[in-house]
Amino acid sequence: MSQSKKIRVLVAKPGLDGHDRGAKVIARALRDAGMEVIYTGLRQTPEQIVAAALQENVDVVALSSLSGAHLHLFPRVTALLKEKGLGDVLVIGGGIIPAEDIPVLKAAGVAAIFTPGTATAAIIEFIRANVKRT
Amino acid sequence: MKTSISDLVRGVLQSDRRSIARLITLIEDQEPEAFLALKQIFPATGRAYVIGITGPPGAGKSTLVDKLAKHLRRQGCSVGIIAVDPTSPFSGGAILGDRVRMADLAIDPGVFIRSMASRGSLGGLSWATADAVKVLDAGGMDYIFVETVGVGQAEVEIARHADLTLVTLVPGLGDEIQAMKAGVLEIGDLLVVNKADREGADRLVLELETMLDLSRHENSSRPAIVKTVGTTGEGIGFLWKKIEERLISMKASGELANRRKERLRQEVLEIWQRQLWQVIDSRLAGENVDRLLERIVKRQIDPYTAVEQILASIPPRFKNLWGGELRMQIRKIDHLGIAVKSLADALSFYENILGLKSAGTEVVEDQKVKVAFLPVGDSEIELLESTTADGPIAKFIEKKGEGLHHIALRVDDLEAALAELKEKGVRLIDTEPRYGAGGARIAFLHPQAGRGVLLELTERQE
Ligand SMILES: Nc1nc2c(ncn2[C@@H]2O[C@H](COP(=O)(O)OP(=O)(O)OP(=O)(O)O)[C@@H](O)[C@H]2O)c(=O)[nH]1
Ligand SMILES: [Mg+2]
Repeated sequence: MSQSKKIRVLVAKPGLDGHDRGAKVIARALRDAGMEVIYTGLRQTPEQIVAAALQENVDVVALSSLSGAHLHLFPRVTALLKEKGLGDVLVIGGGIIPAEDIPVLKAAGVAAIFTPGTATAAIIEFIRANVKRT
Repeated sequence: MKTSISDLVRGVLQSDRRSIARLITLIEDQEPEAFLALKQIFPATGRAYVIGITGPPGAGKSTLVDKLAKHLRRQGCSVGIIAVDPTSPFSGGAILGDRVRMADLAIDPGVFIRSMASRGSLGGLSWATADAVKVLDAGGMDYIFVETVGVGQAEVEIARHADLTLVTLVPGLGDEIQAMKAGVLEIGDLLVVNKADREGADRLVLELETMLDLSRHENSSRPAIVKTVGTTGEGIGFLWKKIEERLISMKASGELANRRKERLRQEVLEIWQRQLWQVIDSRLAGENVDRLLERIVKRQIDPYTAVEQILASIPPRFKNLWGGELRMQIRKIDHLGIAVKSLADALSFYENILGLKSAGTEVVEDQKVKVAFLPVGDSEIELLESTTADGPIAKFIEKKGEGLHHIALRVDDLEAALAELKEKGVRLIDTEPRYGAGGARIAFLHPQAGRGVLLELTERQE
């Protein structure tokens, strides 16, 4: 019966930039890989993202940021997730993120950063390999 | 992270959001725990008003739900929202995008939003929707909105799951309205003409009024038509007033109670069908079906006869799920059997320390044991010591050490009980009664049947 288990992913765009094309491409790729993608739209605050992750009981939160505010926003999301007891949710990030910021984000609990040009297949593979199912 | 079912149930009943979210996932994944939890929360359901909202894709269903929820929040009511979007038939995945229109409700502690993929269900909902509604209901939500998949035609399914159904339409759909006509009139308790800022809204209202004039409303009152602008919230207050009026009149007339009863009837039938299907499906997985299929392909047998053969092959134990009656009666625990290394040593504890009195010892030859019975109230404790190094009790102690060996249950008619168990496909060690200590007639069940515990049935004259 439990083959009906689906990986649920929240795709969120924190920050103020107004483009969500990248996030939508990821959302479609994950859907085509058989996952259920909850898309929350533009300009989400970390509080909104974490509240949605909790209600949707997602396995993965995928953050995308082009605005340069990732150093502030991504760690805030991971910290809030831990605070809500959602520490085992896999958090991944994408967007325009300078190489020197990646170690900082990883130290803050973001499992992986995918910069533009990463094949969606690599992201899917990473999620499948690292998702922690209860 | 594992939480016990009772913790989960307690969490839901205390409106703990994480528990609510996790139980809905268990339901969606069809985990057996989900059904245990649903059984326990059921008494706490039936309080919330469930409002369905359906209509074509992009009509503004999510936008309206967002505005209605905010309206209710201002009145201090809590709101649950379940928004269903279609599962892709190709990948099994889905993009659930309704939250985009409800972004600022996410952090409101009085609102719980859950996106749900249809997972193959037709009719605009997921089969898990009804149970998820129950979770939100038990979790203390006053009103629950269920947004269906944006379907081309008004779907009747939602009407069977909601206390009241809104059908959302927008101007400029052209011929589509004609296609929707029948469904709209059947299931819409209220018709919402959204995007009333657009041209053609008044014409649509007129069209709908004409359609309503031509149709009859035997069982329920004529639906009101309400114009709204979802984006600005115009008309929302009036829409809610109409919803409330309708709920109040339905309550007064008994229609609400009727609908809820009908909903439960449907639910029972659905659960019944699902479980019956699982029983049959577990047979279909068997190789005999593959063999039948071969013959069907070769036109040696027709599908009807094939299915008749499958049904005929369902063993009695499955039939018993829906046809069997329970005839045997367990009277009491006759005794608890404890395997010990030394009877004398064990008796020194049970007699001298616990103060129980042995009714004497006895050797049961064919089981290679020496036993002592110590009455305790209505039952007894049986201490068993092996008389040989290879006896069953010696082997038991070798494998598991001293300890509880079996539980004996008293029956009136051992023969009949064994026959009934055989008929139900229960695994037995003794298919015929034999003689045990004290002249009792006994039979052992396979430990698998007792879920890891060796069970003995005992018949004896007092
Ligand atoms: N002009 C206008 N646009 C509206 C109105 N209500 C909603 N919209 C817009 O219509 C679009 C679709 O709205 P949704 O609320 O997502 O519609 P929906 O019926 O939930 O869509 P699906 O769930 O995809 O079937 C959005 O861009 C809304 O902003 C309205 O009254 N007037
Ligand atoms: Mg919607």
